[in-house]
Amino acid sequence: MRRRILLCVGNPDRGDDGAGPRVGALLREAAALDIVECRGDASAILAALEEAAEAVIVDAAISGAPAGTVRRFDLGDEGELLPIDSGWSSHGFGLAEAIGLARALGAFPPVCVLFTIEGESFAPGAPLSAAAQAGAAAAAERILAEFAAKERSDGASFFTAG
Amino acid sequence: MTSRTISVGALARVEGEGGLEIVLRDGEVKSAALNIFEPPRFFEALMRGRAFTEAPDIAARICGICPVAYQMSAVHAMEDALGVAVTGPLRDLRRLLYCGEWIESHMLHVHMLHMPDFLGYAGGVDMARDHGDIVRRGLAIKKVGNEIMTLVGGREIHPINVRVGGFYRAPRKRELRTLAERVERALEQALQVARFVAGFDFPDCARDYVFVSLRHPDEYPFNEGRIVSSRGLDIAARDFETHFEEFHVQRSTALHARMRLCDEPYLVGPLARYALNADVLSPLAKEAAREAGLEAVCVNPYRSIIVRAVETIYALDEALRIIARYEEPDASCVAIEPRAGVGHAATEAPRGMLYHRYRLEADGTIAEAIITPPTSQNQAMIEEDLKRLTGAFLHLPEDELRHRCEQTVRNHDPCISCSTHFLRLEIDRG
Repeated sequence: MRRRILLCVGNPDRGDDGAGPRVGALLREAAALDIVECRGDASAILAALEEAAEAVIVDAAISGAPAGTVRRFDLGDEGELLPIDSGWSSHGFGLAEAIGLARALGAFPPVCVLFTIEGESFAPGAPLSAAAQAGAAAAAERILAEFAAKERSDGASFFTAG
Repeated sequence: MTSRTISVGALARVEGEGGLEIVLRDGEVKSAALNIFEPPRFFEALMRGRAFTEAPDIAARICGICPVAYQMSAVHAMEDALGVAVTGPLRDLRRLLYCGEWIESHMLHVHMLHMPDFLGYAGGVDMARDHGDIVRRGLAIKKVGNEIMTLVGGREIHPINVRVGGFYRAPRKRELRTLAERVERALEQALQVARFVAGFDFPDCARDYVFVSLRHPDEYPFNEGRIVSSRGLDIAARDFETHFEEFHVQRSTALHARMRLCDEPYLVGPLARYALNADVLSPLAKEAAREAGLEAVCVNPYRSIIVRAVETIYALDEALRIIARYEEPDASCVAIEPRAGVGHAATEAPRGMLYHRYRLEADGTIAEAIITPPTSQNQAMIEEDLKRLTGAFLHLPEDELRHRCEQTVRNHDPCISCSTHFLRLEIDRG
């Protein structure tokens, strides 16, 4: 049976790249979601998405926004597209490419929301910055709120437009 | 005089980052240069001062696609220095781990990096929209490779179960048996892949390569063998540096390599392995090669995709053989006492032979490390390919010519992440 998953992408040993796994840790007891952690390998992301009926993905980002900024993207049917660089190598095959491939193969969950948390430091061995910690906490709250809203509604997807 | 420069800012579908510049003068290719600008990664220096027991895990970090190759060369070189031989089921498990890496690496390159060139797509995602079944089949085979890596190596990327002398934990017999059915299914699919890629429209060309690979009398080489060449070289790994040398070229942060005696570039990788070892492929892989139309020696680099498919068949077939005869070892590793010494080893990464040498202090501390990856060895030959093969495409429009140049590089699946990284292309037509 396809699942509802919270896919937390990132490496906790690379500074703010650990923002996604931090959200997973914050929600481990709180939400009725299967939490899947992944370092960013596209094969693992693809495998997780293939098995999901509904997915929330959380990943760190570098967009130029202030550190800790949380952004939300609705990626489900008719949703937003992430830019894919067709020049990727297998080493650079990451989240956007895995999502693109899952869509191309018809293996993408119809309901999918991506939360990104802006990072400022991705140094090996560094801890999460204070800003990324705050961003992870804010993202976790938003996910919980959307989940609660779904629980209150009948039959609607728990991921509402936001 | 007319001249022209073809420039690719960042070569697509290769491993890592770098640039390529081709200079044309009067309708001929005057020069072709790979400009690797990825910063050096200093793994050899990173090893110094660390314990010999740490080498496999540090070396694995050189590459996320072929970590097993780096681990295996490291453990074999350490065991050479420490006078240890690993045999029986532990040796078989090492070969099985190598099978997993070849399967996942080859299927990734065949389907996501190389195949789009032949089917006319910018990349694997675009191709998947029109050829979903082909991509799904390739990824399904790759997944089996990952499962082998996970079971034997502890996880599918940067395995953590490998140690000098063996493994931290040997898998149970029943665990391996559970894999067999999926490996059998993947083998059926891999046979289909070989038939499919054999039907591609390949540029008609032939190169006079100097092939170099390992050669083992009884098995297609993964972990062990003598270093042989198509020019008659036949040496032990410990003599590698006597016959081969790495050297620096100003434009590249990755070292180049050449054969000392003839000062010639040489090629490692699937084409070389196949040319020098086709007679020890399994009967099924031999039959697949014959059915795919592979000649005894394949000198058309664009057809390397067929050789990768055949090697994948071999790896799956070999995995089944190892699983069927596996008996759990009494211990998961051989006991080892540190001592001063120098150890050498060469093994076969999916992209080609790689060589390691370590010098150890009496307490097992690494005093010196030398690592020669396959892409470093192939850089000069890739430039030769570009010089000799690009001429046939000069009549093409700029975009198509640029694409052919990139494809010519991709034929050899260069891993710039290992050698250091890759690719921008400039073609100077003057």
